[in-house]
Amino acid sequence: MPVDLLDRNLLFVTGKGGVGKTTIAAGLALLAAQEGRRVLLCESDAKGGIAHAFETGDLAFAERELVPGLWAMAITTEESLKEYLKLQLRVPLVARMGPLARTFDFVANAAPGVREILVVGKLCWEVRAGTWDLVVVDAPATGHIVGQLGAPTAMRQLVNVGTIRDQTDWMLDILGDQARTGVVVVSTPEEMPVNETIDLAGRLRDETTVDLAAVVVNRVLPELFGRGEEEVFRRLREPGPTAALAAAAGGAVQPLLDGADLAVRLRRTRAQHLAELRESLAGTEMLYVPELFHRSDGVRATRQIAAALGAELGF
Amino acid sequence: MAGSSPRALMDELLAAKEIVICCGSGGVGKTTTAAALGAMASAELGGKVLVITVDPAKRLANALGLEQFGNVESQVDPLLFTRAGVEPRGELWAAMLDTKQSWDDLVRAHAPDAATRDAILANPLYVNITSRFVHSHDYVAMERLYDIHRSGRYDLIIVDTPPTRNAIDFLEAPERMADFFSSRLLRMLTVPARSRLITFASRPFYTVADRILGSQFLEDIAQFFLLFQTMYDGFVERSQAVSRTLADKRTTFVVVSTLEPAPVREAEFFADALAERRLHLGAVVLNKVLPDWFRARGTTSVARRLVGEADELASVLPPELGETAQLSRVLDEVGESFLNFQVVAKREAEQRSELASRAGVVATVPYADHDVTDVAGLLELGEHLWRER
Repeated sequence: MPVDLLDRNLLFVTGKGGVGKTTIAAGLALLAAQEGRRVLLCESDAKGGIAHAFETGDLAFAERELVPGLWAMAITTEESLKEYLKLQLRVPLVARMGPLARTFDFVANAAPGVREILVVGKLCWEVRAGTWDLVVVDAPATGHIVGQLGAPTAMRQLVNVGTIRDQTDWMLDILGDQARTGVVVVSTPEEMPVNETIDLAGRLRDETTVDLAAVVVNRVLPELFGRGEEEVFRRLREPGPTAALAAAAGGAVQPLLDGADLAVRLRRTRAQHLAELRESLAGTEMLYVPELFHRSDGVRATRQIAAALGAELGF
Repeated sequence: MAGSSPRALMDELLAAKEIVICCGSGGVGKTTTAAALGAMASAELGGKVLVITVDPAKRLANALGLEQFGNVESQVDPLLFTRAGVEPRGELWAAMLDTKQSWDDLVRAHAPDAATRDAILANPLYVNITSRFVHSHDYVAMERLYDIHRSGRYDLIIVDTPPTRNAIDFLEAPERMADFFSSRLLRMLTVPARSRLITFASRPFYTVADRILGSQFLEDIAQFFLLFQTMYDGFVERSQAVSRTLADKRTTFVVVSTLEPAPVREAEFFADALAERRLHLGAVVLNKVLPDWFRARGTTSVARRLVGEADELASVLPPELGETAQLSRVLDEVGESFLNFQVVAKREAEQRSELASRAGVVATVPYADHDVTDVAGLLELGEHLWRER
């Protein structure tokens, strides 16, 4: 039984680099907040993309309300660890936290999965605490997401006893629950992003317990010409008609016609990749976000993305 | 680039260097750019050129005939060039970076004896770390580069850097690796395995570590580090040598980006990071750039007229073009689409001039509606990179 996207509690938004993953995560979180949900948006790569999307200062580990209903935070291993030690172990001396955390950060750097599990642990903790209706994660790109989501399982295989092992149990419960948790893969209708999306869908299924909730196809170009109009456009591009149009419009029209031709060709190529994506992922919810031709990637763009996603989800 | 001062050319840059490191955020065409630079350099400059790439798209691997090859360097069939109508002056070689394999090779090279080597290779943590260790891709790529360069087998080596979460990670990888092996933590972890004597200073660490991770896991870690420590000298020495190679005069960096806001921010960040480390930024390659004619003089007003006066214009055009209503819609769409793309083209131009001020060589690759699938495609792309001023 499929669950409505925004009715889940934890969404990992991933995608190949350059497809607009962060903007989509921001738009999705904004939409959920506009729909009355209490939302936490987490940045996990410390690149500052979320801050750009809302034109605000750098995010911190402590969440901050950006717009009504939407809080955001930047998740870091160091801070997650400190919080974890405080919560779980009741480490008494604050003075010892520094060196301890530093040493642990070192282990986290070297030991497999420790870094990932701290991040996933913090996210699951937020979900379990019940403070939020929805936690949206601007997750690592397609190459790293499986490692992150698979961290609790990997950790269970490596660690036989201890607090961490016990805790992987409830993390796995949350991650594997389709009603609560899902991955949203962002793609563009281009060859490489489509291939990576299809690959990732397979890896999620084979290597993790986390459900693929939806695929967002970003930057879909509008169809310029309807039935018969393409033929009219073709005739218009012949020398005689082009000259007639230039005379009537009072200026050079060649760049305009070339521009439309480029748009038509791009759309056609992208349509093929889109068809392949649809065919390979039949049964997966697909949401389409149009190419927005915006000036930058600030609040304006985030709002437009939220509106486009809202239209797709039937709000 | 009308109006700007004369710049150096990509071919001059590549002719003067022995190592070219392509970097940039994911999805900007880094791998394809590296391959195109390699193809052009081997075809035009001659000599032996090697492209080291990480996980290339299948079609690119196919184009280079790379499918059945892995960590071993293989020559790209000269026939592929001939078929593309080019008689190459030199040879193009390519290798795909296999992280696990490269790590195994490193261990084999540095392990003091066969027993230690086998113990490391069989350690479950080692297997995990080499495939998952956050910076293991970065380090091993730089290490491999150093090794190949030192062998003197190639005139020019072009590296496609691994997709890292943070573009500068790999610059710091050798340093980090050296830190790692000389760290106090490593000593702390390896102490109990040797003597079972926990010092007062490290006791809180063990108490907490034990509670979180469990003693078995800690011992696994300690065992692994103890084994690895035997390779300490070799590793630190190598990482320092790798760092020196990156800073060498014969090495240059090429920052690859598109003109979308996020990749541009990343590219600028990267250019700053290179400057800070006194590393040489030789060129900026801008991919997927919209054609200049989107910004042609006078086009905005004409496009507006097409949108605003579509009906009037349609009525005065030759009737054989189509029925007036249809023609009007076409004109409206043409104008509207142009204005849309123009916004993006203008923003791109602004960002292009900002990025262009960072490097001696700036190359722009126009937006293409097809992907590169063969050597001919790489050379076509290479032409854009090669001669543009």
